[in-house]
Amino acid sequence: MKHKLALSLGPILFFWSKKQVLDFYQQMIDQPLNTIYLGESICSRRQEMRFDDWFGLAKDIACAGKKVVFSSQVLLESESDLKRLRKLVDQGVFKVEANDMGAVKLARDHGLTFVAGQTLNIYNEQTLAFFRKLGAVRWVPPIEMPATKLTTILNETTNIDCEVFGWGKLPLAFSSRCFTARYYNLKKDSCEFKCQEHPDAITVNTRDGQSFLTINGIQTMSANCHSLICHYQQMEALGIKLLRLSPQSQHMIEVIQIHHAVINGQLAIGDALTQLKSFAEHALIDGYWQGQPGIAAIEECHYATS
Amino acid sequence: MRTILPELVCPAGNLPALKAAVDNGADTVYMGLKNTTNARNFAGLNFDTRSAIEGIAYAHRHGKKVLLAINTYAQAGEVDKWYTAIDQAAELGVDAIILADMGLLDYAHRTHPNLRLHLSVQGSATNYEAINLARELFNIQRVVLPRVLTVAQVAKVIQNTEVEVEVFGFGSLCVMVEGRCLLSSYATGESPNTHGVCSPAKFVRWEKTQQTLNARLNEVLIDQYAASEPAGYPTLCKGRFCVEDDTYYALEEPTSLNIIEILPELLNIGVAAIKVEGRQRSPAYTAQVTKVLRKAIDLAVNNPVNFVINNEWQQSLAKLSEGQQATLGAYSRPWK
Repeated sequence: MKHKLALSLGPILFFWSKKQVLDFYQQMIDQPLNTIYLGESICSRRQEMRFDDWFGLAKDIACAGKKVVFSSQVLLESESDLKRLRKLVDQGVFKVEANDMGAVKLARDHGLTFVAGQTLNIYNEQTLAFFRKLGAVRWVPPIEMPATKLTTILNETTNIDCEVFGWGKLPLAFSSRCFTARYYNLKKDSCEFKCQEHPDAITVNTRDGQSFLTINGIQTMSANCHSLICHYQQMEALGIKLLRLSPQSQHMIEVIQIHHAVINGQLAIGDALTQLKSFAEHALIDGYWQGQPGIAAIEECHYATS
Repeated sequence: MRTILPELVCPAGNLPALKAAVDNGADTVYMGLKNTTNARNFAGLNFDTRSAIEGIAYAHRHGKKVLLAINTYAQAGEVDKWYTAIDQAAELGVDAIILADMGLLDYAHRTHPNLRLHLSVQGSATNYEAINLARELFNIQRVVLPRVLTVAQVAKVIQNTEVEVEVFGFGSLCVMVEGRCLLSSYATGESPNTHGVCSPAKFVRWEKTQQTLNARLNEVLIDQYAASEPAGYPTLCKGRFCVEDDTYYALEEPTSLNIIEILPELLNIGVAAIKVEGRQRSPAYTAQVTKVLRKAIDLAVNNPVNFVINNEWQQSLAKLSEGQQATLGAYSRPWK
């Protein structure tokens, strides 16, 4: 039987109010998603949703038949960061996506399997095999990895699922400094939670007007929207199990539906791209997959294949 | 409180820089091979076997240690290149190797059990749980912390691990968590993790217009200078960009880290080593920074109560700083 790509929904990378978060997932419950990642992975100051809120939400989503994974915070600096991490690992019901070696340590101490997140920096087959031994059952490759290198790794590796980041602003960098607070001339400790005024974060343009980056608190992202839907057949041939769609505040249902329709042969790629383009804040890019700079735009030929 | 004499770890981009570091008071020098296995893979820099043998002999003859950085991530299908570098390091007799990739740490630990291992800053270990895992798995002896923690957070790490902690003391400031920044490959296709370079020089293009000098990195406009303004290297995170209606250094100004002001605090909390950034800089830079930090560390250790910052030190370091500006970076909470 032909292997089919399933869709996952990555963690919300932006700061939305508790109501926005709960409303969003209420809509997501009915979508054709195999797995939903939950939790705050970016900033320790974003705590509108407390652990119990996330856990309750996770139970509801799981009851609706979706798999749930808790994403751990990428940058762990303080004792309170570690305390929240321990809670995630201790809950014992849902799998954890380890986005730092600290999370790998705690998962391993508890004898738990985990999802190896993209920031664990697994760039080769030997390192992936090593993480498999530590308990990784799924791997999200670094976003900068081209299809050619991924092919090399997956040809060597059979006993781990692969999930690829396939839609959304690219998560490019993490700092302890908050760039959103900096924009408002505020200090991180008294940031007034300005992120919440920007549900898809803030675009950074070059001085000649090119949309370049997005500042999302301590995270820097691309301004353009990474989209791998043109390559779904190649991904299926490689045995990739999940295509991760990263939440955005508007049109997420449409984005999911379009991906679903393409994978099920109900929509041509060219048509899908034309529609997706209107649901992305800026241009669509797929440079990383092609072995180019990440910012490289999706080639026109993909639009012509409809 | 345990005040110990921390090692002064200095950069050796080439043999003359190595000698400059040793001659001016470094306890330890660190270097890399001439290929993508090290995170300062710049043309004309680094060591081949011959210069490495000579450099290691020079340092050892003067009672100093040598570390070899193999701190990029091994790329798919090419892991042997990194394994070879590790084997070579063991053969050369370096005092430790500095690694970031967990698979390479595993290889080094299994293959060369007597070779001392340090976890590179590129390994992104910012908390003691991560560090203690690397200790448990690979018996790492030292960790180099990314430049994102406050002094209090560094102290907490030290209290909760047996692993020696090395911190950055001077040099170009990396604003992002090292090992978790792909800005360079987003614009150019090459990043520190994959190619050992950030904002690679081969992608830099200077463009003169009537009013401005434009600095482009693979055609992305990183900064634009008026005729009267001094132009800096277009490192992506230190460019000026437009956010809504403001044009400013959206991520960080061109500035260098300088910890002299907080040296006594760093000694108090028990850092094992203080590192100087700059393998890409000249031997004269290495000599000057090493000389100043040697004096400062010795004074802070021998006479901590009367430690006063010497203006001459600061002036001499300011001349070597990016944009002639210094910052305490993340060590100081307000920076965040």
